Amino acid sequence: MSDKPCFHCGADCDLSKIIFDDKNFCCNGCKTVYEILNQNELQCYYDLTKNPGTIPKEIKGKFNYLDNQDIVSKLVAFDDGDTIVVEFNIPNMHCSSCIWVLENLHKLNNGIKSSQVDFPKKTVRLTFSVSQISFKTVVELMTSIGYEPNISLEDASSGKKKIDRKLIYQVAVAGFAFGNIMLMSLPEYFQLDEFWLNQYKPFFRAIMFAFAIPVVVFSARDYFISALKGLSHKILNIDVPIALGIGILFIRSTYDIVFNLGQGYFDSLAGLVFFLLLGKVFQQKTYHFLSFERDYKSYFPIAVTIIENDKSESYIPVYDVKKGDRLLIRHQELIPVDSIIINGEALIDYSFVTGESAPITKQSGDKVFAGGKQIGGSIEIAVVQKMSQSYLTQLWGNAVFSKKLTKNIKSLTDAISKNFTIIIIAIAFFGALYWFRINANTAFNVFTAVLIIACPCALALAAPFALGNMLRLFGNSKCYLKQADVIESLSKIDAIVFDKTGTLTTSESKIIYSGLPLSEFDFGAIKSLLRQSNHLLSRKLYDYLKYPAVEKVADFNEIVGGGIKGTINEIEICLGSAKFVGAIEADAILQTKIWIKINREIRGKFIFENTYRATIQQVFKQLHAHYELIILSGDNEGEKAKLSQLLPLNVQFYFNQKPQQKLDFIKDLQSKGKNVLMIGDGLNDAGALAQSNVGLAVSEDINIFSPACDGILKAEKFGFLPNYLIASKQTLNLIKISFIISFVYNFIGIYLAVQGLLSPIIAAIFMPLSSISVVLFVTFGTNYIFKKLTFVSK
Amino acid sequence: MDVIYIMIVVSLIIALLFFILFLRTVKTGQYDDVYTPSVRMLFDDEIVIENKKENQKQL
Repeated sequence: MSDKPCFHCGADCDLSKIIFDDKNFCCNGCKTVYEILNQNELQCYYDLTKNPGTIPKEIKGKFNYLDNQDIVSKLVAFDDGDTIVVEFNIPNMHCSSCIWVLENLHKLNNGIKSSQVDFPKKTVRLTFSVSQISFKTVVELMTSIGYEPNISLEDASSGKKKIDRKLIYQVAVAGFAFGNIMLMSLPEYFQLDEFWLNQYKPFFRAIMFAFAIPVVVFSARDYFISALKGLSHKILNIDVPIALGIGILFIRSTYDIVFNLGQGYFDSLAGLVFFLLLGKVFQQKTYHFLSFERDYKSYFPIAVTIIENDKSESYIPVYDVKKGDRLLIRHQELIPVDSIIINGEALIDYSFVTGESAPITKQSGDKVFAGGKQIGGSIEIAVVQKMSQSYLTQLWGNAVFSKKLTKNIKSLTDAISKNFTIIIIAIAFFGALYWFRINANTAFNVFTAVLIIACPCALALAAPFALGNMLRLFGNSKCYLKQADVIESLSKIDAIVFDKTGTLTTSESKIIYSGLPLSEFDFGAIKSLLRQSNHLLSRKLYDYLKYPAVEKVADFNEIVGGGIKGTINEIEICLGSAKFVGAIEADAILQTKIWIKINREIRGKFIFENTYRATIQQVFKQLHAHYELIILSGDNEGEKAKLSQLLPLNVQFYFNQKPQQKLDFIKDLQSKGKNVLMIGDGLNDAGALAQSNVGLAVSEDINIFSPACDGILKAEKFGFLPNYLIASKQTLNLIKISFIISFVYNFIGIYLAVQGLLSPIIAAIFMPLSSISVVLFVTFGTNYIFKKLTFVSK
Repeated sequence: MDVIYIMIVVSLIIALLFFILFLRTVKTGQYDDVYTPSVRMLFDDEIVIENKKENQKQL
């Protein structure tokens, strides 16, 4: 361990320390950022937070496509020929120093006029002048200081989303009206027969009426719409009795003031709508920095390099790629369309698409599928399919992705409200019938009073507040759900399907050396050789070997799809596949290995083993008694023996599953009446995540993409999975208890109403009281459930 | 007591005025990001201090 971490990024800089300006840096990249900031008098960056930076990425040529005007014009928000306004998403943004440096970009370049950060969304809005700085330079500048904007195909295809603030306006109107109506109705509550009051009564009532109109017409309108929709589908949802209650409240109150029978229930009406809308607001917790709707577009590049007939290279938007075009794919670039390799040897990492962990070697003439990532040298490919028709994107043509919004779960509230509505209408009707024989006027009063007091305000608020609060609590413990309803779906789960790679395994693989013993010098030599290579496995092995890299490597040579070779101190070292070093493979071919040959002698091999999360054994043990557990992997069967040893007996395994097969598998389970929870991570699980009742994506870093899903679970919290399930079940029980409480309130209210005893003042006290007590009950209840669970597991 | 008509009307007009102002602030997106400004407001101070230091050095 080093005595001092990197001054810029805080990483350990033990092996390759660079000292500059009396400060330690872990790499040249960090040092360069420090220099840039220092020259521009932006040292303040380092004062705000300790080691705030991130290691900048290589940028050479990466953003050349931004010279293409067509591509740029798809990204900008505003362009008048000179001034450009653009909003970038910057996943690296993480602290106050980031905000500071990004808002001071104008000090780095005069062309940038202003920049404004939205931290919760992790975006920065830049205004700059094209005559002074080009679009590409802006992006390169940001990347050079470690804030690489994330530019994907999604940015180009989606129009700017309009923020919907309707609910806030509705709450504001209802709240404003509620307060003022309350003020106007108070005199009549307290001084019933004073002379002066009688004089002003019509005036106060007119004002109350005027305030009630926008509440009914604007604030409460969604309840009427939803109730009508429900009725037209012959469903008695919770909004039916609510709309009925609001409507009757308004009509009865208007009737009362018009015929001077009383002051009406306008304050109860406005209060009711206000509380109901507050419940809606509470339920709508959005995590701005997360997206639950991502599809392949967020992974795909916006532009590709095309090779023209005259061998010149240019950049075109991915959408414009035609059949027959020749594309150049560089190291670490994604293949955007199904193609055939023309030139170069490809080593393709399909982990995005299939979940297969080891990269696959392809020769020229082989077909490659969209979504694969090239590792190693550049390859030239010829397009055989348009993007929309390629193997990967076809998955998104599946009906589950368009049906997503109407994923119909019959909620507990709606199920109860059906019987509730029928009973209430019956009581109101019979109550009215009974009174009709005595007094027709009282009959009308009783009928309306029952419907008013029975308006299921408390009932309708219980679920939003319970689920909304649980959603927040889940979020605090790094399980981010898309909507509060997901908790309800989660409580009904009886089968859980796991993906293997990335879900049960961690992204780091365990490396084991087997073979003849190696000296410390050998390890060091291997490490310095690995340093030259950009191959995925080389990088992993490099990070694993904790020996100081030794001297310079001579005659370095990298054979794509084979291995690397070099000479250190006149010792020739070869690292690579069995074929490359000439070893004979006797054992299982399913493992990923790097062989070592030193001076023409095969010394041994490094074996890459999947490491499973430390918590999976405990998670499966806790779950297997209550749930059907299935592992559905895109990977080969290499790990089957190990997994079945690790996990309980009744866990089922399926290997070599393609994305479409995974989706069909879930569908099949559902047709058997199962409620399926899918836990996955990659694009290959996207179909299954969308099809399942609840799709949870496990992610090591929540800022990095995860496919469309109902929730994102931070990988470190994977061990708490059983707890989340228990919490969701208990929340539902809590809601059921609160329903009983609200029924008791309703019973008392109706008891008063059928006797014709419901005066406005009783309604004004009774209705908010029942709502608030239920809200408090579920809020404290959910907090208690959560606190208890987390405590137990620790 | 007829003054109560004027008083109530005036008070309602003032209340409505503030309500409209509130709606405008919502509409212009002032509540969209409630976190960043809380950090941003602290920055200016530090830059000023830094500039002063530099000025002092130069002097």
